[in-house]
This record gives sequence, C-alpha cells and structure tokens, in this order.
Amino acid sequence: MSDTHSESIAFVRDTEIPPAPPPMAEAGAVKWLRENLFAGVFNSILTVLAFIALFYLMSGFLPWLFGGAWNTANIRECREVIQGSGGCFSVLTDRWNQLLFGIAYPSEAYWRPTLAFVMLFVAIAPVLFNNLPRQMLIFTGLYPFIAFWLIWGGTILIPLVALAGFVVGYFIFSALTKQSFAMALGGAVVGALVTWWLGGFVSQAMADVLALEQVPSRNMGGFMLNMILGVVCVSLSLPIGIVLALGRQSSMPIIKWICVVFIEFVRGVPLITLLFVANVVLAYFLPPGTNFDLILRVIIMITLFASAYIAEVIRGGLAALPRGQYEAADSLGLDYAQAMQLIILPQALKISIPGIVNVAVGLFKDTTLVSIISMFDLVGMIRGPILSSTDWNGVYWELWGFAALLFFVVCYAISQYSQWLERKLQTGHR
Amino acid sequence: MKKTVFLGALTIAGLAAGAAAAATLDDVKARGKLNCGVTTGLVGFAAPNANGEWEGFDVAVCRAVAAATLGDPTAVEFVPTTGKTRFTALASGEIDMLARNTTWTFSRDNDLKFEFVGVNYYDGQGFMVPKELGVSSAKELDGATVCIQTGTTTELNLADFFRSNNISYEPVPIETNAEAQQQYLAGACDVYTTDASGLAATRATFEDPSAHALLPEIISKEPLGPLVRHGDNEWGDIVRWTLNAMITAEELGVTSANVADMAANGTDNPEINRLLGTEGTLGEMIGLEADWAKNAIMAVGNYGEVFEGNIGESTPIGLARGLNAQWTEGGLMYSPPFR
Repeated sequence: MSDTHSESIAFVRDTEIPPAPPPMAEAGAVKWLRENLFAGVFNSILTVLAFIALFYLMSGFLPWLFGGAWNTANIRECREVIQGSGGCFSVLTDRWNQLLFGIAYPSEAYWRPTLAFVMLFVAIAPVLFNNLPRQMLIFTGLYPFIAFWLIWGGTILIPLVALAGFVVGYFIFSALTKQSFAMALGGAVVGALVTWWLGGFVSQAMADVLALEQVPSRNMGGFMLNMILGVVCVSLSLPIGIVLALGRQSSMPIIKWICVVFIEFVRGVPLITLLFVANVVLAYFLPPGTNFDLILRVIIMITLFASAYIAEVIRGGLAALPRGQYEAADSLGLDYAQAMQLIILPQALKISIPGIVNVAVGLFKDTTLVSIISMFDLVGMIRGPILSSTDWNGVYWELWGFAALLFFVVCYAISQYSQWLERKLQTGHR
Repeated sequence: MKKTVFLGALTIAGLAAGAAAAATLDDVKARGKLNCGVTTGLVGFAAPNANGEWEGFDVAVCRAVAAATLGDPTAVEFVPTTGKTRFTALASGEIDMLARNTTWTFSRDNDLKFEFVGVNYYDGQGFMVPKELGVSSAKELDGATVCIQTGTTTELNLADFFRSNNISYEPVPIETNAEAQQQYLAGACDVYTTDASGLAATRATFEDPSAHALLPEIISKEPLGPLVRHGDNEWGDIVRWTLNAMITAEELGVTSANVADMAANGTDNPEINRLLGTEGTLGEMIGLEADWAKNAIMAVGNYGEVFEGNIGESTPIGLARGLNAQWTEGGLMYSPPFR
C-alpha cells in the first residue's frame, strides 16, 4: 500500500508544468525594443535622435501630402487653396494623360497602349516564372506584334507579315539545322527577308484591313515612351549581348575581332553621344525627305549600347565557369551549339543574373536621356511642356516626386524579381 | 572607282538637298502641313496646353504662316527642339521654319547659313532683386552675388557690364532656369540675371511676386525672331511678310474680330485693302492666295493681340510692351509698307 506513489510521496505531477511567461523585459515588443532600439546608452541616444529626425521629416511631409490640392486649374488657384502648406497635386490630375501618354497621342486611343501594357504582364509571366503552363509562351511570341499594332495602329497586315517572316525563318532553320547550324541560320535569314519583301506589297495594297487609327512615332510620349524603350531595348539587347559575349570568346579571329571592336567602341562612348548621333547627325547623311523613324533610331542606339554592357556581364559569367565544364561538354561529343545551349549558357547566365539586372535597371532609367534630344518622355514632358506652361511653371516637387515614384516602382519590382530568381536557382555552390 | 561613285552619290544627295530646299512652299503645300520648329517649352512663348495643343507667342507665328500658305492655322506639325538640336533640325530640312525665341546674331545669320526674317520680340538681359534689398539701379550692385546660367551669352554680358561700370560681383554658377529660381528664392544670391522676358515669367511663378523687382537696366540686345534656311528667298519672303502683316495689322487697327468685316466690305484705307487682298495683287507677287494676310490675321490676330493674349499685362507673365510697342507709340515694331 505504501509502495504506491500516492501513499509514499506527498505529490507527484503527472502533467508538465505549463511554461511560465518570460519576465516582462524579455518578451514581446519590450524585448524587441530593448534588443534593437535601446541596447545600451549609445544606441538609445541614436534611436531617440532618429525618431526626432523622422518626426521632423514627417511633420513636414504628411501635411504636404494630405493637405495638397487635387482639383485646381493652375498654380495661382492652387496656392490660394492650400494657403502655404500642402502640395499642388492638381498638376498631376490636370496633366495625368500627358504624363502617361505624351502630348500628341490621340485621347480616344488611350485604351490601346493601356491594353498593351496589361497584356505585357501576361506575355512576360511565362518567361519569368517557369511553373506557369508552357503554352503561354505562344502568346509571348505573338505579343510584340500585337503590341506594335495596338500602339502604332495601322493595318494588322504589317505585324502579320513581320510575324510570317519569323515563322518562315523558323521552319527553314529547323529543317536545315540537322545539317549545319550556319547554313540553317543563313537560310532562315534569307527566307524571312524574302517573306517581308513580298509581304510588303500585300500590306501596302491592303492598307485598310483591320486598321486602327495610325499614330506616328513622334506622337509617342510620357511614361509610355519610357516603357516602350525600356522593354524593347532590354529584350533585344539580351540575345544580342549573349551572341556578342560568345563571339568575343570565339576562336575564329574575324568574328572575335568584330565583337571586340564593337564592344569596346560602344562602351567607350557615352549613351548621350549615341543619341545625338541618332537624332542629329543621321539626318545629315540620309537623303532629304527620308523619314527614318526617330523612335526606331533611338531603339537601335540604346540596344547597341545595352548589348555591349550585357555582353561584358555575360563574358564574366562565362569566364567564371570552370574549364572542366567546357571539357565535359566536349567529351560528351556535343557540338558547339549544343554545348552552349545545354551546359555552358545555363550556368553562365545564372551567374550573370545580378549583373544583367543591374544593366536592365540602369538602362530603364537611361531611357529618360531621350528628353535631351527633344523627345517628350516622362522627364521631357515635365521639363518641357508642363513646367513651361503658364499654368504650372513653378511646381517642382510634386512632378519630380511623381516621376521618381513611377521609376522606383518599376526598378524595385525588377530588383525583387531578380533576388527571387537567384534564390530559386541557387544550387549550393558557394 | 569606289571613291568616284561615293563622291557622285554625295553630289547627287547635295543637289537633291538643294532642289528640295529651293521649293519649300511647294513642299509645304504638297505635304499639307507646315513643319515648324518650336522650343520644348518656354513660359508664354511656346508650350502645349492640357489638351496637347501648342500655344504661345512663338507658336502664333507658326500658325499665322500656316494660315497664310495653307489657309488653315491648325495645319502645323510642331517639332519641339532644344537649344542644341534647333539649328541642325532647320539645316537638315526636318523643319521648314524655326520660331524658337532665337537671338539674331551675326554668326548665326552668316556662319550657320540661316536667314532671320525679322524680329518678333526685342528682349534684353535684365536683373531681378528682392525689394527688401533696397536697390533701384544695377549700378548699385557693387559686391553682390549674382545667379547666372553658365555657358550662355548672359555670362559674358554680365562680366562686360560690371567691368565697364567698375564694380565687382560674385557669380553663383547655375545650370538651368529651374535651379536658378530655387537658388534665388533660397537666398543663395542677391540678384538673378537672364533675359528680361524670362525674369518676368519666373517672377510670375513666385508665391509673392510683388516682393521682387526688375531693375530698369537692360544690358544686352537680344532680338528674337523666326528664321529659315539660306537659299530659298521666296519662302523667306513669305515668313517675313506674314510677320510684317501681323505688325502692320496692329498699326492699321485690323484685328481678328474686324478683319472679316473689313475684307468683305472694303475700307477707305487703301493700305488695309491691299493688305487684305481686296485691292492690288500683293498675294500673287508672293505666290499665295489674295487673302493670305487676312487668313493669318483671322487665325491668330494682329501682333498686339498675340502679345496681349500670351505674354502681355493681362496674363500672369505680365510683360509690358516696352520696346515691342508700335513705332507710333515709342517702340521698335516697324513694318515696311504694304505697297
């Protein structure tokens, strides 16, 4: 009887004591505050100072932001409304469409670039996230032609002919690529050119088929122009940059030297010089009356510039690969194109992601340089027409803050995506 | 051999350029639009409004020429140009005329091979000071700090002025007009100097314009006017006489309101009748319709109306006519007679 626990020992717990709450100072918000903000005298002083600074900033910024006027017609009216505090945000509402689309884009057609912008997300999604269905890539392939048709207007036959050229080129390429890569490439280019040449007659003859109102390039403007230039130039300069990087590593001297000279020349020249060449100098060389589209000229120049930088970034990735990878590819009996596609480039590109993103973000911001050659992109719009209208001359903070916000949103999104991609592709080589 | 072909191609291109330049009026008519170079934006002189339509003092000249040549003041393709791209745009034929508050100077007229057809605004470099400084003349500015845009003629004019008056100053170099406004308002300099029209436009944007004064001294001559390429005198004449028609119309009291009436019913003043094409063959001589000047005036108004509507005292910019008044009222606006 006395052997049972209940008799021999006064009390035995048969359940675990619930954990006691930690001392007040070691839990929750207090702990966090103590560890992060008030760990020691010096830190506490800095924290207090930081809060004072923050309060000072916010006490100026918040009334400016929330006390602003949004519905006035010009700066004088606005100043009467806000009475010294608050911002004149009415410039944004008054010139909203101009900031986004420029001064001359027909207002009844604003839905077209907007639709193209929305479709852009659908188009790039399968490229960015490879767990999406691969069929979506078909839309990605069609997107450039749809977007061109939507933004520039005109008959749908022009983008269709352009598309047909690529399709013909692709079929010739895939038919010949078994025999020789170079021959397939040459055949594809010839096939595409012939298709475009023939299709040119068709689209000229039937200029009214499914035609949207045509918008000439010089009427493009606002943030739309920055987006067009940024998206087109980044997506074109990536493949060109890869080709240049491979060319620079090539053992064939002519190809190698062409690539070296191109890269070194373009990298040695400021972008603004290239833009001036595109805008001003080319006009002297072209016969009078020829109208070589200005946006096209600018796209070519920015693409050349960006592809030289991307080529160097990718060359860094190629150089970082161990020699053994190249030898392994050779020992498997892969030819050059296969070795590059299957072994070298996937690894080299992965290493180059931060560099490529860096170039892409820089390039997107560099598109504002076109304001110097009198194109009305977002910055050009603000510097030129808006700040020099009698209505809004003198409103700086609101406009530049808005421009900075738009660019920040895009660039931050790009940077976040690249960090996500790096984490996903990480295979533990570090 | 190759070189010859290349040179030959260049010659042909040059000839083609010459031929194209020699018939600007035909080009404009064939195109149905006037390509007019303007600034990318200058308060009161040229800027698009909220609907994207260009407005301003220089823009009115473009519209008047379009109305005179094509009968339609909206048939203008405005090509925005910066200070750096304006001359190449004109020389390469991208634009038919440039109305971009450009100062008429010897070297631009001769070395750059342009033809200034007249002056639509007599500007000059002036000074703006805060009233509390208590200065009433630029000669009292000894030892002042001056905000000045670098790399412009205003910088040189300023140095000349202070040297010739034997007084000293401290320059604060700045890059753009916007920066200058900020620096000046923040008190980084006592004086801001640039073209007087620019000063007035800048002052109009201040919270309290009445606290700042423009000094009476104008220390340089900046005659601003429209220009065309060398080598097509007929086209130059059209632009020149369209501008003159606007000036003459003000002198004779022809306005956009009464011009239709005057042209329909005729007047007792033979010069008005010649101007409006109801008498004589002036339009034919210049290669245009008889009612070219009437169209121009009807579209934009006479010189005085354009001035008042865009930069005059009733606008926020509030420029006085000053040198730009008619010669009959003590200004320099003086058009040769329509005869």
